[in-house]
Amino acid sequence: MKNVLEFSYLIPLFPLIGFLITGLGRKYLSRPLTGIIGSGVILISFLLSVWIFFQVKEGNSGVVSYFNFISAGSLKIPFSFQIDALSSLFLLIITGVGFLIHVYSASYMHHESKEHFARYFSYLNLFVFSMLLLVMGGNFVILFIGWEGVGLCSYLLIGYWFKNTEYNYAARKAFVMNRIGDLAFLIAIFMIIAKVGSVNFGDVFSAEGLQKLAPSATIITLLLFVGATGKSAQIPLYTWLPDAMAGPTPVSALIHAATMVTAGIYMIARSNLLYSLSETTQNIVAYIGLATALLAATIALKQNDIKKVLAYSTVSQLGYMFLALGVGAYTAAIFHVMTHAFFKALLFLGSGSVIHAMSGEQDIRNMGGLSKKLKITFFTFLIGCLAITGIPPFSGFFSKDAILLAAFEHDERGKILILYSISLFTALLTTYYMFRLLFITFTGKFRGTQEQEHHLHESPALMTIPLIVLAVLAAIGGFIGIPEVFVKGGDRLTPFLSKVIATNHEPVSRSTEFFLMGLSGVLVVATIIFTWFRFKNYQPKEDKGFGKVLENKWYVDELYDKIIVNPLNKLAGFLNNFFERFIIDGIVNGVGRAVNYSSRQLRLLQSGQVGSYVLLMVLSILLLLLYQFFIKK
Amino acid sequence: MISLLLILIPLLSGIASFFFKKENAAKGWALLSSFATVAVSILGLTILNKTELLQFKCNWLPGLGSSFSIRLDGMGQLLCLLTAISFPLIFIATWNRTYRNAHNFFALMLLSQAGLMGVFLAMDALLFYFFWELALIPVYFLSSIWGAERRIAATFKFFIYTFVGSLLMLIGLIYIHSLTPDRSFDIRSFYAVAIDNKTQHWIFWLMFVAFAIKIPVFPFHSWQPDTYEQSPTAVTMVLSGIMVKMGLFAVIRWLLPVLPSASFAYGEKMISMWVIVGMIYASLLAWRQDDMKRLIAYSSIAHLGLMVVAIFSESEIGMQGVMIQMFNHGINILGLWVIVEILERKYGTRKLSELGGLAQKAPAMAIFFVVVALANIALPLTNAFVGEFMMFTGIFTSSMSEYEMITVPAAGITIILGAIYTLRMVQKVIYGNTNALTETGTDIGYNEKLVLGIIVILIIAGGIYPQAFLSLTEETTKFILNEANIYPSLGK
Repeated sequence: MKNVLEFSYLIPLFPLIGFLITGLGRKYLSRPLTGIIGSGVILISFLLSVWIFFQVKEGNSGVVSYFNFISAGSLKIPFSFQIDALSSLFLLIITGVGFLIHVYSASYMHHESKEHFARYFSYLNLFVFSMLLLVMGGNFVILFIGWEGVGLCSYLLIGYWFKNTEYNYAARKAFVMNRIGDLAFLIAIFMIIAKVGSVNFGDVFSAEGLQKLAPSATIITLLLFVGATGKSAQIPLYTWLPDAMAGPTPVSALIHAATMVTAGIYMIARSNLLYSLSETTQNIVAYIGLATALLAATIALKQNDIKKVLAYSTVSQLGYMFLALGVGAYTAAIFHVMTHAFFKALLFLGSGSVIHAMSGEQDIRNMGGLSKKLKITFFTFLIGCLAITGIPPFSGFFSKDAILLAAFEHDERGKILILYSISLFTALLTTYYMFRLLFITFTGKFRGTQEQEHHLHESPALMTIPLIVLAVLAAIGGFIGIPEVFVKGGDRLTPFLSKVIATNHEPVSRSTEFFLMGLSGVLVVATIIFTWFRFKNYQPKEDKGFGKVLENKWYVDELYDKIIVNPLNKLAGFLNNFFERFIIDGIVNGVGRAVNYSSRQLRLLQSGQVGSYVLLMVLSILLLLLYQFFIKK
Repeated sequence: MISLLLILIPLLSGIASFFFKKENAAKGWALLSSFATVAVSILGLTILNKTELLQFKCNWLPGLGSSFSIRLDGMGQLLCLLTAISFPLIFIATWNRTYRNAHNFFALMLLSQAGLMGVFLAMDALLFYFFWELALIPVYFLSSIWGAERRIAATFKFFIYTFVGSLLMLIGLIYIHSLTPDRSFDIRSFYAVAIDNKTQHWIFWLMFVAFAIKIPVFPFHSWQPDTYEQSPTAVTMVLSGIMVKMGLFAVIRWLLPVLPSASFAYGEKMISMWVIVGMIYASLLAWRQDDMKRLIAYSSIAHLGLMVVAIFSESEIGMQGVMIQMFNHGINILGLWVIVEILERKYGTRKLSELGGLAQKAPAMAIFFVVVALANIALPLTNAFVGEFMMFTGIFTSSMSEYEMITVPAAGITIILGAIYTLRMVQKVIYGNTNALTETGTDIGYNEKLVLGIIVILIIAGGIYPQAFLSLTEETTKFILNEANIYPSLGK
């Protein structure tokens, strides 16, 4: 009997069909119909993913191969899917959160015209298709297809409102920065092919494959990591993500928070056996993750655009996940991917609801006191804030705690508490900027225009229901990974992932673990109280000094422009205006002119007078004779 | 028989076209002829195993040791298919253009097609040279008669360049001929001849410069942007879609196997480095172009450069990548030219600075444009990704390579630059707000939808299931690499 897993191709197939129907039929489909088709295909994929998940849970996992994608020489790259614990978990997140965001979008985008509405849904479906390819791919090449596919959809959706030139630049920036990472990723794939002769996960991560890769593990893992910094917005390639907020808000929720940006974490977790071979890379990953978490959190402190705060918060949370990967806590990273998908999607959709109510306003300085009119949005947003700051028993508590604990364990081995202390400090910054956002937006007095105040309304049910579902998930989602110190067998995630992810850590003592939790809990609550007193009577004012540096994001964009973009632009200009014109063409035309000139001179020789011919003949013979006698010995 | 038909149909119908009086009759005749060629070419694909139908040989110039010998092998199949498919697409896409003395225009186009077919089919060096010139001469007339304002200067440069190249190639071919034991131009004699290293080296440069001009390789490229810019778009399509492949094809068929040790000596170390510099150079220039034709010309130089590097990697996967990429590049660049043609006809300009906002006015065109542009930057699931991925893999894993950690990342920079200049072009043309010029824009017609639709289908199909083409050229690739291998023991 055939393995039922073979039917897993249906999971990406449905979003693809949805993309084709909504894309090609955009002139004919009404908006409700588009919404139903677009969301319906994702729902089907979700149900199939649930089915696959239970198959995997019962121990039915493996690789299914469909056809040869590329086969030349000794290299065979099959079109195959890898169905196991890791991919099935991601399938649930992508299709589950994806479905909710599709439903939400149907209402959020209702003011768009029929064609553009369908265009939006077709891009969204295409995105889900690509993302599913990415996590289901059975080898690095299929993963890479999804990898670039999601980049394309991100580009299309950031630039969805294509009349706005600034948005188009943001879209292009996102694509190009991702491409820089993709090049490193590609080179890593080539190296793997050169060493192992295959790209299949099964071959690469086999004992034999790892043995062949071991000598160059550091360089390969570093290149893969550079790829991940592009997609998952880490230093130095993170600057595209905040600009990506130009896209519609549900897109920010789905692509730039919950799913696509976690692709880098997925890829590294998938390659965990390879990463474990290189301590150097692991340290670099941990420190880059930590630095990104801190840097982004400091920038978020001073942002006034509701989506920008959430964007930098996303960069910062992704930094946490990389920190976890770097210290070898792969399961904790995956756990945080999951809880982050819940609460960050919730926060983004909540911000969308706010923006919707404020008729497009995104500047929190013009908001305030919204909790009275937007009750559901406020409560769900509050749950999101509690989850991200890690207040027990909300989901973020469990996953962030797992990361902090792993950082602490890593520090203990190195005898300095640098990773732990900085990540704890970043957690406090997170608390500060999230509650600053909450208080400025939802409490105090309304600071917008009268017209805006008049329009204030809670969003329709199609938007609030996804908010409520996500709020429930953000509240209880952490219970699948309860630390063993609380409940014996409470951590269901680690055993589930154990087949894909090797764990080898010595746990710290019970008392230390309780102490660390208590410490972070007390500090976070203290920060919330501090923030409340600071922002309960908020009045906007101009930032000066260091605050201004933070508001301007440490001037990193300007720096990149100065040291990379502008010089390159100047070089291209010089080559185009000078080198090509005067050197290359100059030589060509010079040769042409020289030929012209010399042929004119030579023409004089062919005068037609026999006498001159004879003279030339005699001279030539003389020269030949001289050559024969004196030179050629 | 099939192979002979591929040459005869365009040749005879081309000659016949000179005698047409009415413009539409000549157009229709050319289209009909090109359809017949497509049919024959597809028929050729279906009878892969019946070799007697695929080859043809008769006496031609026995005194010189040359015969009219043509054969359709895997690589020839692919390139003849490209030539066959391209011409009807070109004719349909430019259907709304009117030409002075249209019968002459179409006659010359068809003659050029016959020449191209001959180049890809010839199994005799002199015959190859003959068809090479037959393909080029009509193009020279087409550009200089029907081109834009500065056509004379541009085509003169093109003419001088290519004829210098042809001459060098002819000298090389004749010299090799003189070294063959049986004084023959036959390809088997050419492959069998053993030439000492020193002689190989200077013949190599004669021939390589000839092909490098045609491809073109930096710094012999400066004829190309000018010629593309000044030629009528239909001719630009032929030049860039198919004719540049003659250079690559010639390197694979007439250089690598004939002069293996020189190819090995210069290929990886010197030429690859130099070509990669040229790729980056061309990509940077493409970034700064305002005229779409020039932008695409520079972009094409970068793409073809990669193929040259992959050829000299002499690895099976790299060479297979070159094979399908020759086809894919032809299809993709044709798509770009069709867009340029539409824009130029509708708005009278190809300048990025003067266009904008067309996604609102011409959504169908915008979608096609985006897909073709994505193929130009080799996004996965488009045909070009497969080719580029295989070529890079070949360059990286080749046993010939020693500097793969330098060459591959350096060549890879063009992947990033490619995204920059291609997306810049897309953005300037279809995004943003409309201006006075594009305000009154309309969407594309059925003929253009048909052509672009076929191109998009070929792009996606080639990106999902490239295996169909790969198995077609596998045998040729193995054969060529075997002939080119100087150390049989190295065989990888």
